Amino acid sequence: MSADVISRPRSPALPAGTRGRPRRDRGRVLRLYLPLGLYLVFTLVPFYWMLVFALRPAGSTTPVPWPITFDHFATVWNDLGYAVFFRNSVVVGLWSLFVTTVLAVMGGYALSRYRFRGRTLFMVVLLCTQFIPGAMMLIPLFTIFKTLHLINSLGSLIVADTVFNLPLSIILMSGFVTAVPFSVEEAAMVDGCTRLRAFLAVVLPQLRPGLIAVGSFAFIHTWNNFLFALMFVSRQDSFTIPVGLSYTIGEYSADFGALAAGGVVAALPVVCVFAVVQRYLVHGISAGAVKG
Amino acid sequence: MATMRRRAVPYLLISPTVALIAAFLVYPIGSVAYYSLQHRNLTRPWADGFAGLDNFRQMLFEDELFWQSLGFTAKWVIVEIALQLLLGLALALIVNESFIGRGLARSLVFSPWAVSGVLTTGIWILLYTPGTGVLRFLGRPETAVLGNPGTVFSAVVITELWRGVPFFAILLLAGLQGIPGELYEAAAVDGASRLRRFHHVTLPHLRDAIVLATLLRSVWEFNNVDLLYTLTGGGPAQVTTTLPLYVAQRAVDSKDFGYGSALTMAGFVILLFCSLLYLRISRFGGER
Repeated sequence: MSADVISRPRSPALPAGTRGRPRRDRGRVLRLYLPLGLYLVFTLVPFYWMLVFALRPAGSTTPVPWPITFDHFATVWNDLGYAVFFRNSVVVGLWSLFVTTVLAVMGGYALSRYRFRGRTLFMVVLLCTQFIPGAMMLIPLFTIFKTLHLINSLGSLIVADTVFNLPLSIILMSGFVTAVPFSVEEAAMVDGCTRLRAFLAVVLPQLRPGLIAVGSFAFIHTWNNFLFALMFVSRQDSFTIPVGLSYTIGEYSADFGALAAGGVVAALPVVCVFAVVQRYLVHGISAGAVKG
Repeated sequence: MATMRRRAVPYLLISPTVALIAAFLVYPIGSVAYYSLQHRNLTRPWADGFAGLDNFRQMLFEDELFWQSLGFTAKWVIVEIALQLLLGLALALIVNESFIGRGLARSLVFSPWAVSGVLTTGIWILLYTPGTGVLRFLGRPETAVLGNPGTVFSAVVITELWRGVPFFAILLLAGLQGIPGELYEAAAVDGASRLRRFHHVTLPHLRDAIVLATLLRSVWEFNNVDLLYTLTGGGPAQVTTTLPLYVAQRAVDSKDFGYGSALTMAGFVILLFCSLLYLRISRFGGER
């Protein structure tokens, strides 16, 4: 495709100085490694500082966590109820992940493969929802969940988080579906598969990156959502991690070890998920943007 | 019969989504409009009833905090977005280059995006608190930066940058990856300097991505309540209260749903107006 580009003579045409080794290396350091290094410091020092507080004994002021202690983790996990918060967050996160992904596959497939009346309207509505502030939906959603007897239940969080995750997930997923050529599906149908079987057997496996991107997106958003959990749940045994953490910030502001350990518990799952799926996410946004 | 069924397939596929959006997004917006015309306070149910435009009159003419929060919201969004665009673009350009360890570098610099607002607050309280923080290593006098009206703005802006720049960079990186490499090769062959290549190849191709990213992030920063709610609580002396934060405080703390709904309506109108204006001015998706 770009063979002619590659075979073009390069070095003679390039401006003098950009190809010579020493100049080029110094240029790369100034242009690339120095700013990247500075930015990495800005990114990582806060994480490091949290780890230091979480791992060093109370009262210590050394900038290195030594000797290491896990007392703070025991405190937050057992005494402050983080074991329960963690379980609640996992339940809400996984349910929202599951429902969001299934509905996103359905919606994304419909948007990508069918031209139906109302399709444009549906797209516009999905985009418009991105302008709806979660904070401003607190009042009406509270009233609705009260009517449905879902206040103080994790169900309210699963529903609210799923609804807010869905629109962007569908748009992303339709980009991924479009990237799977229709011909593979057609071939399977010619071989006698129903459309559903063709989808499950041929398309779904190829949607793996999309499923990963959308699912992790939904999980991270749900795991992090604070306001809904704060508003809809007031019983401590239904708290999620962010709400628990906000109380730790408020009530135990002198106990930085507990605050930091709680922070590590809150960060660990999402940062791990993110590290694994980061490349799918960038790819997914490209796919969605190309489509959009 | 078969075609009838086939035609129904896309509608069946989107029906659960449509039902969810109708029930939990569209209907609530309608009910906000309704509540905004009502006196409705969960702590004073005996005073509930039709209010007419009372809530709006109170908001526009009696509530100084409404205007103050609106001013702060504008300042907050503009400063955050300008800095996030600048740093996010630089970061995206850097991690778009090929170098050893790029995957790891990307994961690391993007990672704060996955962190919640509340956790960001927790982390930065550790950094900002006098006696335990890192300001002493920077040769700064030990002041409570979050409690001082003179420093609190810079403090919250930097904190939000830590979490906000990565997503901006992710959006722009996605845009950068859509630019065909041949264009750079051709520009280089023509002897265009790095700066000229950036100006004539990168920027025009990124234009729509930049417009979309700034818009999405502006809406997001406008709506962003978690961080300010937990980091400053809108203080000191309400100087860091945004409009949505003010709504959240009214809703969560004082359970004043009628007045909170009027504030919400104001927020909707302002956000919608600004978004449309921005899309118009930037001629999004139009000819270059």
